[in-house]
Amino acid sequence: MQKLTLLDGQKFQITIQRLCHQLIENHNDFSESAIVGIQPRGAYLAKRIGDELRRLQPKANILQGNLDITFFRDDIRTNKDLPQASATEIDFIVENKNVVLVDDVLWTGRTIRAALDALLAFGRPRKVELLVLVDRRFSRQLPIEPDYIGIQVDSVDSQKVLVSWEETDKKDQIILLSEK
Amino acid sequence: MADQHPKLSTKHLLGIKDLTTEDIQLIFETADNFKDVLNRPIKKVPSLRDITIANIFFENSTRTKLSFELAEKRLSADTISFAASSSSVSKGETLIDTVNNILAMKVDMVVMRHPHAGAGLFLSKHVDAQIVNAGDGAHEHPTQALLDAFSIREKYGDVSGKKVAIIGDILHSRVALSNILCLQKLGAEVMVCGPTTLIPKYIGTLGVKVEHDLLKALNWCDVANMLRIQLERQDIRYFPSLREYTMLYGLNKEILDSLNKEITVMHPGPINRGVEITSDVADSKQSIILDQVENGVAIRMAVLYLLAGHRA
Repeated sequence: MQKLTLLDGQKFQITIQRLCHQLIENHNDFSESAIVGIQPRGAYLAKRIGDELRRLQPKANILQGNLDITFFRDDIRTNKDLPQASATEIDFIVENKNVVLVDDVLWTGRTIRAALDALLAFGRPRKVELLVLVDRRFSRQLPIEPDYIGIQVDSVDSQKVLVSWEETDKKDQIILLSEK
Repeated sequence: MADQHPKLSTKHLLGIKDLTTEDIQLIFETADNFKDVLNRPIKKVPSLRDITIANIFFENSTRTKLSFELAEKRLSADTISFAASSSSVSKGETLIDTVNNILAMKVDMVVMRHPHAGAGLFLSKHVDAQIVNAGDGAHEHPTQALLDAFSIREKYGDVSGKKVAIIGDILHSRVALSNILCLQKLGAEVMVCGPTTLIPKYIGTLGVKVEHDLLKALNWCDVANMLRIQLERQDIRYFPSLREYTMLYGLNKEILDSLNKEITVMHPGPINRGVEITSDVADSKQSIILDQVENGVAIRMAVLYLLAGHRA
């Protein structure tokens, strides 16, 4: 197993800050917007983004929630491993909001497809955008593209991209794992 | 780092006997999430979109049948329902033939209630579908036990260490056996209480306490699960009269208020008001009977969802 660190340390923090500034450009004070992290691992990123936005705009009221997409997946019949469901925490009204979906890695796009379905169960947002920390280019199975990108990675299917967080894994970093 | 991929240890749900404690916890955790779904404006998820489920009821049922049907619909499964009374079973068709004919219509799962113990197990050995036991004779009723324990967990935070008394017709009750097994696997203490004729002779071997005095049982327990007298399964008379049974084993408000603590009252339904439980108890604040029904849908969704994940 070969490990290649794609991003860590100060650059990791700068990337998160850049994403926040890009969000502010489009969403101003977030009065009409909401940040929704996709469970389980997008929730960490959503929290970071939310905290950073609150630091940058102390007066803004930034709505933030988490969305579990387990029951909306399309691979229950084909995936041998059933994913564990996590909690959905959306305690605000999604109707007519500009929702920013947040996930750590965008790969095939199927998670985002499921997230769109899961989100619509809460109402009809005015607009839905997608923010990802890592975009694995050229691997999409569905016509889904991110609006905000941390870093772009060219990888093959056998490789794995792992994002670890200080809160749970003791270190903020993005690693590319390759076999042999 | 890797996502967890939990799985039930069994392909069918025939009884609590086959489940591990981890299975039960997994069902509860999944049911927590489904309960959340059921409290949303849109109460439906597409999980079982391409799965067809047959509900085959050879015995009457209101709650269980409706609860399973609703759970299936909330999961977007296709369902067909079948009641033996209005079918060709009355023309002499066997159980295997009936079910194989239903399976020929490309059905993936069968939810079955049957008056004979072991009918689910028998079917699981002879047909190619996943079987969910919705009650087999006086043997097991696993989803009822799961939703009962889930309701206790919801009320107290944990089942472990709780004292549960099951009171009434233990001999003819499938709810009693499943409840005993489920509660014990979760670390609760269980007592059965009823007239000697309605307590199975060797029930002590299951590790439960046996009590014949209602007041003593109530003073011991945190939760009282009141069972109905199953007159339809009683081939002989087990006690002199219903009136006498009610006087000795019926739970009323006076007895409940005379206890030095507040216990929780449960009942799997159908209730015979005025026999095993009076209306003022059934409708009191201490009763969680309707919570049990609400939790039943979430538990059945969890069971069907987790079993469907077993197919691939």
